[in-house]
Amino acid sequence: MSLTHDAREAAFHGRRTDGSKVRRPLSPHLQVYKPQWTSGLSILNRIAGIGWTAGLLLLVWWLVAAAAGAAAFEKAQWFLGSFIGLLMLFGLTLAAWFHTLAGIRHLVWDAGFGFALPRAYASGMVVVIGTGVLTVLTWVIALVIW
Amino acid sequence: MNTETDSALRLQSPLGRVRGMGSARAGTHHWWMQRVTSIGLLPLTLWFALSAVSLAGASYAEALAWIGSPFNAVLLIATLLLSFHHTNAGLQVVIEDYVHVPGARIAALLAVKAVCGLLAIASVLAVLRIAV
Repeated sequence: MSLTHDAREAAFHGRRTDGSKVRRPLSPHLQVYKPQWTSGLSILNRIAGIGWTAGLLLLVWWLVAAAAGAAAFEKAQWFLGSFIGLLMLFGLTLAAWFHTLAGIRHLVWDAGFGFALPRAYASGMVVVIGTGVLTVLTWVIALVIW
Repeated sequence: MNTETDSALRLQSPLGRVRGMGSARAGTHHWWMQRVTSIGLLPLTLWFALSAVSLAGASYAEALAWIGSPFNAVLLIATLLLSFHHTNAGLQVVIEDYVHVPGARIAALLAVKAVCGLLAIASVLAVLRIAV
């Protein structure tokens, strides 16, 4: 057995009915679970949150460039308007709407509603469809104004 | 659950159980603040998204005027502070879940805290330089 670095691993040893030892995996043990809508959306919510962190970096750059002067601001504006910049902004819009809607779903769960499996699947569908609709709507409005 | 037999089997003292602070001594504070910031960020993000969309293709003077108006500056700073608090809380949980080597875990947690704190201060300073 390999050297363990994690104290929690001590709790993951069990015995089979025949008495032989079994070393149980740590969460989230993706290699054990069958992929499901619910777990997939949960993981996607975390990825979307990390994606939003990248978006926050763009916002800080934009604000600091605006405070620094016209030349720095033009550079930031040029990047955001470039192909890669627009692609990043589009990905960010997608991640932001998904994280927002999935976050509302979590707040509803925290309040104690919507735990029944059919409800959980239905709210997951609402999040996915809502993300698509709101992302397209955001970009239609942005392109009309631009 | 039978609490009497349960407490007899527990190693935790009754006082510790009543305080409910857990081994990290912070109780549900981290979880709760993640929810509080997310509720605050809902209206702020909608406002910011609409504003950002309306600023598409804006000139430097227009952008400065928008950031510098007192109403926008206050909401922008609120958005930035809540965003960085929420980001730090979220990234902390991700690191705690996936980084199991103690040294690397502490280093990553401290690095995320430092970067989030510094970027929050830098972006707030930028808004204040334009607005004040």
